[in-house]
This record gives sequence, C-alpha cells and structure tokens, in this order.
Amino acid sequence: MQKRQLIFLVIAIFFLNFLFADSLMFKVIDNPNDDGTGVLIKWHQSGISGKIILNRKESLKSYEKIATLDPTKSNYLDKKGINPGTEYTYLIEFHNIKGQMIEKVELVVTPTGQWFNTDKKALLLFTLIIVFSIIYYIYSARSGKDLYIRKISGLDSMDEAVGRATEMGKPILYIPGTADIDDMQTIAGLTILGNLAQKAAEYDAEIIVPVNRSMVLSTAREIVKEAFIKAGRPDAYKPDSVFYLTDDQFGFVAGVDGIIVREKPAANFYLGTFYAESLILAETGFSSGAIQVAGTAMPSQLPFFVAACDYTLIGEELFAASAYLSKDPHQLGSLKGQDVGKALFVTLLFIGVIFEMFQISFLKDFLTNQ
Amino acid sequence: MKNKLPLLITFMAGIIVIVSDFIPHRPFGTISGTIEEWFLIISGFAIILGNLSLFKVNLNKIQFKMENWQYSIVTLFSFILMVVLGVLWGMETNAGFLGHGESISSFLGDKKPFDYLFDNVYQNLSATMFSLLAFFIASAAYRAFIGRTFESKLLVVSAILVMLGRTTLGTYLTGWLPNSLDFLHLPNIASFIMKYPNTAGQRAIMIGAGLGIIGSSIRIILGIERSYLGGN
Amino acid sequence: MATHKPLDRRIIFLLIFLGVALPLIFTLGFKIETTENVEKAFNLIENTQSGSRVIISFDYDPASKPELHPMAKAVVEHAFRKKHKIIFTAFWPMGISMYEDILGQLASEFPDLKYGEDYVTLGYKTGGQVTMQKMGKNFRNVFPSDQLGTLVSELPIMDGIYNFDNISYVFTLSAGTPGIKEWVQIAHDAYGVKTSGGVTAVSAPAILPYVNDQEQLVGLLGGLKGAAEYELLIGSPGTATSGMDAQSIAHLIIIIFIVIGNINYYINKRKEI
Repeated sequence: MQKRQLIFLVIAIFFLNFLFADSLMFKVIDNPNDDGTGVLIKWHQSGISGKIILNRKESLKSYEKIATLDPTKSNYLDKKGINPGTEYTYLIEFHNIKGQMIEKVELVVTPTGQWFNTDKKALLLFTLIIVFSIIYYIYSARSGKDLYIRKISGLDSMDEAVGRATEMGKPILYIPGTADIDDMQTIAGLTILGNLAQKAAEYDAEIIVPVNRSMVLSTAREIVKEAFIKAGRPDAYKPDSVFYLTDDQFGFVAGVDGIIVREKPAANFYLGTFYAESLILAETGFSSGAIQVAGTAMPSQLPFFVAACDYTLIGEELFAASAYLSKDPHQLGSLKGQDVGKALFVTLLFIGVIFEMFQISFLKDFLTNQ
Repeated sequence: MKNKLPLLITFMAGIIVIVSDFIPHRPFGTISGTIEEWFLIISGFAIILGNLSLFKVNLNKIQFKMENWQYSIVTLFSFILMVVLGVLWGMETNAGFLGHGESISSFLGDKKPFDYLFDNVYQNLSATMFSLLAFFIASAAYRAFIGRTFESKLLVVSAILVMLGRTTLGTYLTGWLPNSLDFLHLPNIASFIMKYPNTAGQRAIMIGAGLGIIGSSIRIILGIERSYLGGN
Repeated sequence: MATHKPLDRRIIFLLIFLGVALPLIFTLGFKIETTENVEKAFNLIENTQSGSRVIISFDYDPASKPELHPMAKAVVEHAFRKKHKIIFTAFWPMGISMYEDILGQLASEFPDLKYGEDYVTLGYKTGGQVTMQKMGKNFRNVFPSDQLGTLVSELPIMDGIYNFDNISYVFTLSAGTPGIKEWVQIAHDAYGVKTSGGVTAVSAPAILPYVNDQEQLVGLLGGLKGAAEYELLIGSPGTATSGMDAQSIAHLIIIIFIVIGNINYYINKRKEI
C-alpha cells in the first residue's frame, strides 16, 4: 500500500513539474509595511527571456495596462493610483521572446495600510533606548547632582576672542556653516552664535554674520537681536550685521574671503556644516592673523580645520556646545544620556565582531533588517 | 505666548515626523512628507528675503559711500545683469520675454547671453575659487604636518604614503616590486590606509556626531534648548 | 599651530602652479593602475543588461567640474555603449548644464541615440533628500514632465517607471549635499536600488565607509585618479588621464614641503636646546 502511494506521488510530481515547466507562478500580494498604496507582484525568477504584461482593473471597470515587465527580475511594485481598501484584479500575461503567450493568470488583491513597519524593529528599539536614557538623565539632573563635562578649549576661547576683538577694535566674523536651517549642524552653529553675540554685546565688540541661506538669515538675525537685548544693549544691535551673500558655494567663499581681507577681523568662527570651502576660508583667515575657532561634524573637512585653525570642535563637541556654554543641568543631563547610547554602540560593536567571527549572524540580521 | 507657540509647533512637528517613520498607515505615512513640503515652500519665499538683504546692505554701502563701496556697485550690477538677460532671452532651451534672441546668440557663438556669461564668466570664477584649494592645501600641509609627537609622526608618514599612493607616481615608484611584495606597492598601501584606519576613524566620528544630533534634536523637541528661537 | 620659521606662502603657491601647469604641457606618461573601488563601479555598469533603465544624477556645479566632469563623461559613455537607457537628473541647479555639455561631447560618438527612448533629461529638482524620497514613493509626482515640458507618460523610456523598482542602478556624480550620501540613504537603503557614484578627492574619505559588505555603494570613484582609472577601464583616455601627471607632481611638491617643514622644525628645536 505504501509503495503504491509513493509511486503515485512520484508520478504526480512529474506531471506537476511538466505542467509548470514554463510557469512563472505569479503571486499578487499587498505590499508589506506601507500605507496601502502598493501591490507587490512576485514571480518565479526563471531566466526565461520575454516580457510580462501587467493589466489591472478595479471592480466593474475594464482592464488597463499598467506596465511591461522584465521576466528575468522577480518582482514589481505597482504604485500607480492604488487606493487602500479597494479590491483590484490583475490580469498578468507572460509572452516568450517570439511573442507567444505562455501564461495568463487573473489574481485578486485588496491592499491595506499597516500600523507598524516591521522592517524598523531594530531602529525603534534603539531609538527608544537612546531617547529614554536621554530623557531620564535630563530629568534626573533636576535633583541637583553635579554633572561633569570635560573641558572644550574651542568654546572656552570665546571669551579670549571677544576680548581680543574689543582691544583691537576689530570685528568678529561668524559663519554658521553653509547648509540650510534643516541641518542640525546649522542649528548648533546658531546656538553658539547666540552666546557669542551676547558676549560681543556686553564687551561692545562688533560682530559680522554673513550667511548663504535665506532661512538662516532670518533666524540668525533674530538670535543676534535677542542676544543684544539680553545683554541690555538693544541700541547697539545693527540689523545689517547679519546679511545674506549668495546661495552659491564658491560665490559665498569669495564674498567671505573679501570680508576677511578687507576688514581683517580679530577672530573668525566657522561653526556648522562646511564642504570644500572650509580650507579656503580657514587659510585666508590664518593669513589675516585672526584667532580662528572652527567646528563641524563633516569628517572630511575636520583635517583642514585642524590644520588651519587654533581650536576645532570635532563632531559631537559642536552639538554639546549649547549645554557646555549654558551649564544648564537639563542640557548637561542630555549629554550623559548620549553617553549611554555611545556605550550601547561600543558594546554592540564588540559583541557583533565576536559573533561574526564565530559565524553567528542573528544580531547582524536583526540590525540590518531595514 | 510669543515663545510658547513656536515651542508647541516644534514639539508637534518633531513627534509627528519621528512617529511617522514607524507608522506607514495613513495619515502618518504622508504627514512627514507634507511637513517637508511646507519647509520647501517657506524656503522658496525666504529667497526673496535673502535677495532683499543683499540689495539693502549693498545699497546702504553705496549711498553712504562706506569703505570699499565700489565693490557693491559690481555686486549689484552683476546681479541685475544676469536677471535681466535671463528674463529677456531665457536660458538654455527656455525662451525669455523677447524669445530666444537668435541674432544675439549667433553673435555669441550660438549661446544665449545668459548662457554665454554663465559658461565663460561664472564657471571660470567658480572653478578658480575651488582650485585655490590646491594652493591652500600645500601651505596648510607645510605648517600642520610636523612630527612633534609620536601620533603626529604617524600622521606625517601615512599622509605621505597616501599622497604618493593616490598618484601615478606611486605606481611608477614601486611598480617594479615582485608579486610576493605586492603589499608594499604604494597604491596598495594607500588603499589599505584608506580602507581600514581611515574608515574606522570616519565611522567613529559619524557615530559620535549622530548621537550628538539625536541629543540636540531631543533637547529642541522637548523645548529644553531654545537658543535657536533667539535667546532664553 | 606651527611655531617654526614660516616660509613665504607665495613660494609654495608659485611652485604648486608650476608643478600643475608644466606637466599639462610636457606629459610624463606615468602608468595608471586601477583600484578595487573603481573596478567595482565599472563592473556594475559592465554587467547590467542592455536596455536597462538607469539614473545618472548630476549633483555638482562648475566649481568641481575639473574633477567630476571627466568621470561623468566616462561613465555616461560606458552606459551608452552598454545600451543602457539613461534617465538624467540633477539635484544641483547647475547639474543641467553639466549633463548637457556631456551629451554634446558624446553626440558625435553616439549619433543614433533617440531622445525619449534611449535617454531623457528630467532636469533639476529642489528639495534634495526629501525629493529623492518622493521619487521612491511616486516618481511621476516629482517629475510629471521632462526638462522640455513633455509629459513623462508620453516618453517610451519612462514606461512602467513609477518608483525606483524598474531602475537597475543609480550613479551619482556628487560634490556635496544633496548628493551621494542622500542617494545611498534613499535609493539603496530605503528602496534597495544598486547605487554607485563619483566624488571629489577631498570628500572621498568620508564616503568610503559606505563601500562595505552591505554594498551601500557599489564602488566609488574618488577625484581625478578615479576618473583616470575609469577612462583606462573603458579604453577612452581623456582629460583625467592627462591630468594625472600634474597631480603626481603637485603631490610630490607638497611632500617636499612637508619634509622641509619637518627639517626646519628639528633645526629650530636643536637650536633651542
């Protein structure tokens, strides 16, 4: 009896195999992890040349051609005017290289939106750990515990630079990077500008802020104005001390270099996002004899700033500036939370390297499942 | 109220953008895109503000004959010239108010006045500014690459190896080495330095900066850091 | 900062000028050798089927033209030879004139190319990363028409392209932001499209971490050397190849100055003792 069943199974497999020899075995499914506006068409990648014609219809309407697909690939994401919750019928035709129709299937799908993107499990987990540790330390800092922050020479030099500018009667030049306001480095640069402008107002030193983005212009003006008001010197604020030059990268560099050569500022600050302009600005500043403080999180520009400036804030130091300068315990607490994140990454890297050495890949798979 | 409203907007926008990254379902999946579109629209209008600032600052300099006021004339003249030429005869395939300006184009070697100035003035000025880097890199390297400490000596040696290895001169200098000593071939040494020590360092800075960005973002979203609003 | 006796910067500038200018006139002809990253980028284009739709994005401006233009020309020439159908985009406003110049230079070599079928120029779009993200969600919302105003739906090359799905690879020539980093994060990381590119030599070290086992970037062309290697691989020497001698001599001069600087430092140090 068992022998007869086995023979039947072998024959069935043989015929099924024959039946689907040229079949691409199409599947039409709701595209996972989206808002219900995508349908995923999958097929068996066979290496057969030809073309797949994809037609689609909505309930009682007639078929409409959507696309011609390459059968050597294995899937296609249809996003053409798909509405979530609507039933779609797909008519898929597979033609071989001679134009003969090999296969024709009709499949139905109703796409829906998902409430959680399962591809982002690892990202969510680490976001939550880091965010909660930062928030925890921010609020635990309320207890009045003294939080240590290491010395950042670049930020300590601000007093020296302002003092020098006042003594020499020369202005301070401040560049908050060359990126727009949606860049965190620009915001970090503008935060430091507020502190510096207040000091400049207190010492009665002139501050010049050329910018190359219009959005940065309005924000920088507001910051400098508020800083002067806070220092009790609203009369000393000159709206034209913060001005727009151009959006063009090297046009801006030419403009700032011109200012450095003509005005010979006592101190130059370059804090924010910089690209190839970094060295051109810093070297021109060096030749004018100014004290120079730079800070950026752009790894490729750091060597130039380190070479040509007196002080350089490297990467995260730029973002720590606000906490460092204000000494506000809440802000210092957030830095401690960041350190928890750093410890987590170091531990993960260490464990990950060991796991990979022993070819255990679940951690890598979990982390790279984006 | 003056500060509370912007803080509330910041908080709402920040939370929505973070949450929408994890929830694809409508409306979350599209909200962040909409907020990003608003940013683009606002930044478009801000360009007017920037140009007004440029005009005001330079006109003031000319009006009050401030130091180096002559440069301001050049700035404003160049600005107006490019705008006028672009508006009148267009650029590339787009026509201006007076069409394509065929007669002027034929005089300028089949180029519209705007394109002519762009190709022959603007491009060259831009490339000149960029090429200043070559000179400045040389002078900065001369000053900075001094082997004072062990670390700086290491830096000088690796800098020289990478500089040689990234050129055809490096290939020429050690090209004669037998295959068994291929690892000493300068381009291979340069590639090793770039691929391992350099990449490791770059990644460390990137991770540190990334955490810094997260920390700053949370401080801003929670309203702890408000200096970007102008003080406080 | 250095404390040793400063050298007049003008001497350095003059020598660098001569070191760059003279080899451009009198060529030395050192042999060029290809490196792994350039070979990877080359193989991506070489092994992509003919007829594939690809995006080549021009994200630079005239300032970095000397470095990026030769590699742009070599890559476009290679893709056309392999009969890839190229969708040209620009995320920097000046990118348009950059690819138009390349198309002009290659017009005589590929006289049979048909606009709208073999290639299309979609023009410049603002918004950088946000716009790239939208291209992945709905290509035609971002580019409803090409640079000339023709509806994308009327162009055969764009048939079936509603997102990055039918794009075989993205190649970006990038001088900053928006550029290669954003393309990696969107095209590769978010949508799984093979991505490669070329950058200026200055920014190459920061982009190299993306050339990894995950193939976030399939190879990378860095600066003039990368361009020269690519020209060698496609057998079409151009301006990058001829610029390699100048680069070699310029690097040599910088090394000599570093050595002089160090000798200076040690002499001064000994005097102080």
